[in-house]
Amino acid sequence: MGLLQQLPALQVAVPLIGAPLCALVGRPRLAWMFAVAVAWITFAISIALLEHVLDAGPIHYTMGGWPEILGIAYVIDPLNALVLVLVSGMAAIIMPATRIGIDVEVVHRARHLFHTVALLALAGMLGIAITGDIFNLYVFLEISSLASYALVAMGIDRRATRAAFHYLVQGTIGATFILVGIGLAYMMTGTLNMADMAARLPGVSHTAPIQAALAFILIGTAIKAAIFPAHSWMPNAYTYAPSLVSAFFGATATKIGAYMLLRFVYSVFGADYAFDEMKIGWVLIPLGLAGAVAGSVVAVWQHDLRRMLAYSSVAQVGYIAAAIGFANRDGLIAAIVHVFNHGLMKGALFLVMACVIHRLGKADMESFRGLGRRMPLTMGCFVVAGLSMIGVPATVGFVSKWYLVSSALDAGLWPLALVIVATSLIAIIYIWRVVDVAYFTKPPPGARDEAPAMLLMPAVVLCALCIVLGVSTDLTVGVANTAARLLGGAP
Amino acid sequence: MTSVTPFLVFFAGAAVVALSPARLRSVLLIATPVVGAVNLWFLDPATTLGVSFLGVDLVIHSGDRLSVLFAWLFHLAALIAVIYSLHMSDRLQQVAALAYAGCALGAVYSGDLVTLFLFWEGLALTSAALILARRAPGSPRATLRYLVVQVTSGLLLLAGIAMLRAGGEDIGLAAMELDGTAAWLIFLALGIKCGFPLLHGWIIDAYPEATETGTVLMSAFTTKVAIYALARLFPGTGELIWIGAAMTMFPIFYAVIENDLRRVLAYSMINQLGFMVVGIGIGTELALNGAVSHAFNDVLFKGLLFMTMGAVLYRTGRMGGSELGGLYRTMPATTGLCIVGAASISAFPLFSGFVSKSMIMVAVIEEGHGWVWLVLLFASAGVFHHAGIKIPFFAFFAHDSGLRPKEAPRAMLVAMAVAASGCLVIGMWPDLLYRMLPFDVSYDPYTWTHVLTQCQLLFFSALAFTLLKLYRLYPPELPGVNIDADWCYRWLLPRLARHAARLAGDAAVPLRAVALALIAGTTSVGRRWGGPSGILARDPVTGTASLVVLLVFALVLVLHLVRGL
Repeated sequence: MGLLQQLPALQVAVPLIGAPLCALVGRPRLAWMFAVAVAWITFAISIALLEHVLDAGPIHYTMGGWPEILGIAYVIDPLNALVLVLVSGMAAIIMPATRIGIDVEVVHRARHLFHTVALLALAGMLGIAITGDIFNLYVFLEISSLASYALVAMGIDRRATRAAFHYLVQGTIGATFILVGIGLAYMMTGTLNMADMAARLPGVSHTAPIQAALAFILIGTAIKAAIFPAHSWMPNAYTYAPSLVSAFFGATATKIGAYMLLRFVYSVFGADYAFDEMKIGWVLIPLGLAGAVAGSVVAVWQHDLRRMLAYSSVAQVGYIAAAIGFANRDGLIAAIVHVFNHGLMKGALFLVMACVIHRLGKADMESFRGLGRRMPLTMGCFVVAGLSMIGVPATVGFVSKWYLVSSALDAGLWPLALVIVATSLIAIIYIWRVVDVAYFTKPPPGARDEAPAMLLMPAVVLCALCIVLGVSTDLTVGVANTAARLLGGAP
Repeated sequence: MTSVTPFLVFFAGAAVVALSPARLRSVLLIATPVVGAVNLWFLDPATTLGVSFLGVDLVIHSGDRLSVLFAWLFHLAALIAVIYSLHMSDRLQQVAALAYAGCALGAVYSGDLVTLFLFWEGLALTSAALILARRAPGSPRATLRYLVVQVTSGLLLLAGIAMLRAGGEDIGLAAMELDGTAAWLIFLALGIKCGFPLLHGWIIDAYPEATETGTVLMSAFTTKVAIYALARLFPGTGELIWIGAAMTMFPIFYAVIENDLRRVLAYSMINQLGFMVVGIGIGTELALNGAVSHAFNDVLFKGLLFMTMGAVLYRTGRMGGSELGGLYRTMPATTGLCIVGAASISAFPLFSGFVSKSMIMVAVIEEGHGWVWLVLLFASAGVFHHAGIKIPFFAFFAHDSGLRPKEAPRAMLVAMAVAASGCLVIGMWPDLLYRMLPFDVSYDPYTWTHVLTQCQLLFFSALAFTLLKLYRLYPPELPGVNIDADWCYRWLLPRLARHAARLAGDAAVPLRAVALALIAGTTSVGRRWGGPSGILARDPVTGTASLVVLLVFALVLVLHLVRGL
């Protein structure tokens, strides 16, 4: 078999093997170059996989040639191909900035391990996305989670440790729930392969263990995805972690949670069972919209902008949860598209925070005074990504919201469509607060002092993508459409 | 060689011009319509181009003979206008001109109503820039007035489209019946841009406010796109015959008493549009051909007349008939070109107006609308009166105003000469134009009947002018303001609205208090829960957070198990 056939394995193996090698490299500069190379190779692989999936349909890859049912299978369809592109793309865009990004924001004694742990987190997330085996999924979930706790704890603020501890407790509860759910399902079906399990579940779906398994997995993934009210780990983790880590996790971590939820519901339990019999929509829609309201409202009063962004993420994840809960075709598309689009804009916004912190040491409202003049490009990025967050036409945010609202209308729940629009209005408030301070207050003395290009470039790239993919929706909506069709669309 | 849809050439041209230094811009301005024409020459008429945006399938490009005819017309008009504008280097006008032409081209190649709407709005915005670009003290307000009308037209169109779509109907560009609200909304939207009676105010208001070039461009594009859309969507709609007849009539009287010569031309514009609207209303092949060919000719001769007036304005800074006169001494070439334009609009045989207007007249008679024919005949005489005689007479002859301006700049003369030769060529060899018309024609304008009728009409009309002048019965050229339909919405409506607002204001005080209390209430609830010390924003205690998660889990578990029982 040629190298091409091994791409699914390489997708995970490259960063997984790269991580310890990175630790062995030793010299910080070399480790950084190595990590960047690994991230870009991973990104290239994911793009090749996406193209292949779109051309030739889903890929089934078996580890070591074992039959799919006995060994570990990697199954790539448009849904996880898109998630792979998002995760590895974010890593590829953000990793180059870490050379200067970690100088200010990572505690000194952990710096030499930063890139190693980052690659581990990357490998874990890619593994979750790519695997077709639910126990394998759990293993990768632990790899990525443990690496995430470590990365958060590397923040220079002393509160980072406590945030990481809280994240660890909550994350572990989530992972345990998922593991219990997997265990129950395994007990009743005797298989760990997703497709195989999906085939066997209907025979035992009326049993209490399977009903409980769905509840365990629903709550477990809800914690990982930070769906309200299981979001408590997120605000502190994103506020005190190094900003580049927040950028990467803000763009990917909760999205992996949402992906797991989609995968379990559609590819394992089956949409008919989950939505029609177990009515998980009754849980997802209220919680999602409660999160959308609560997150937006809390964001309005935040002083530290990273914290504001974290609460805004609570709201955005709420949209995704509600979209899944609507259980129709548009809702599925909205969820998939928003997983990708929100990754772009939240990544861009946290990178702006990284730029500001690099120059000013903190990212609270005071430090944004007059920033429009002092760091015009940085603020420009904030405005573009902020508009996208609000959902202004010609940005990616609009595309997601369009599908979200039409999905609510399709489900016959027009009052909820109003709630969604209302929370967008709250988003205008919390974005405008910052714009107001940055452009319409007297700047403190000091010349123009733009962030270094290496930090700024990733933000600019993501902002450009926010607009390009907002105008040309072929990539995101097109892939989401195919994915929705393959997953069976609506129950 | 592969061609692109025509508007892209102009948009690209506008983008490049926006970034180029002044010297290069002139070259680029000329090059854009030329490249566009080459592109159009090689464009396969059967090309269609669709895009899908957010689940709406749009047909960006789809053309038939009608589109192609208008495309050539707009390329020609754009070329003439940019040559005409070579004397100035105003970036705003140059960019707006190309973008404006691009929007017009996009509109005539639109394959569905939504695309048409997008370019419709594009026309409004780009042409508004041409009014703003005059930079006179009143320009911002004139621009705003113009925009309000144009955007209203766009909104009506959008509302109509939305209603069609909501009714599950096709939004392609097919001819529609005037039944139901949606069709009426679209009809009104088109009517505003066509200058239907009572909706025509903006033409009179805006044309004299734009720059010299701006007026030439506006006379070529906005109203002609509306005529195009009308011919596509409402051919053979009976109402149009009477609307068009009214449009040919009422401007004549205003044109006779109006002093600002560009405003006279604006009235004359509505009159000419009236002929086209009548043709579309009749809807036979001959009538539609007549309407479309008249639109083609109107761009040339009306453009020519606006250009000569623009040249006068450029050289003298005045536009009132009472302040001008005797300019033929120093502007002989402009005078001659103006007379060519005047002869064309008056439909002298051998000039372009004759070969298209007579087509509409014949179609009117063939369909048995005798009264309408008489109205149009009277209107034709009126056209000769105000546009054929009044414009050249008061600007270049009449009493000597003592002004001795220089001849128009060379670029302007070249542009005018191009338009004038267009008028003559079409007038003498009408087949060149007929060949491009949407329907095959076997129509010969130069029969003895046509020529004799027209010559008699022109003769008596000229006689009337001469006699009235001799007996001093002709209304003298006086500066003044004539009250038109816009009095209603510029004087009456605002006062009514202000009064209504005062009444409403009294009633609104308690409402306002309630609204404020509601906002304050919501904010304080939001603050209590989500504010800095609110329960939602509090720093999480690990134990409590875990308990919350467990509670939710317990709830879901119970829900699932109960459901399974």
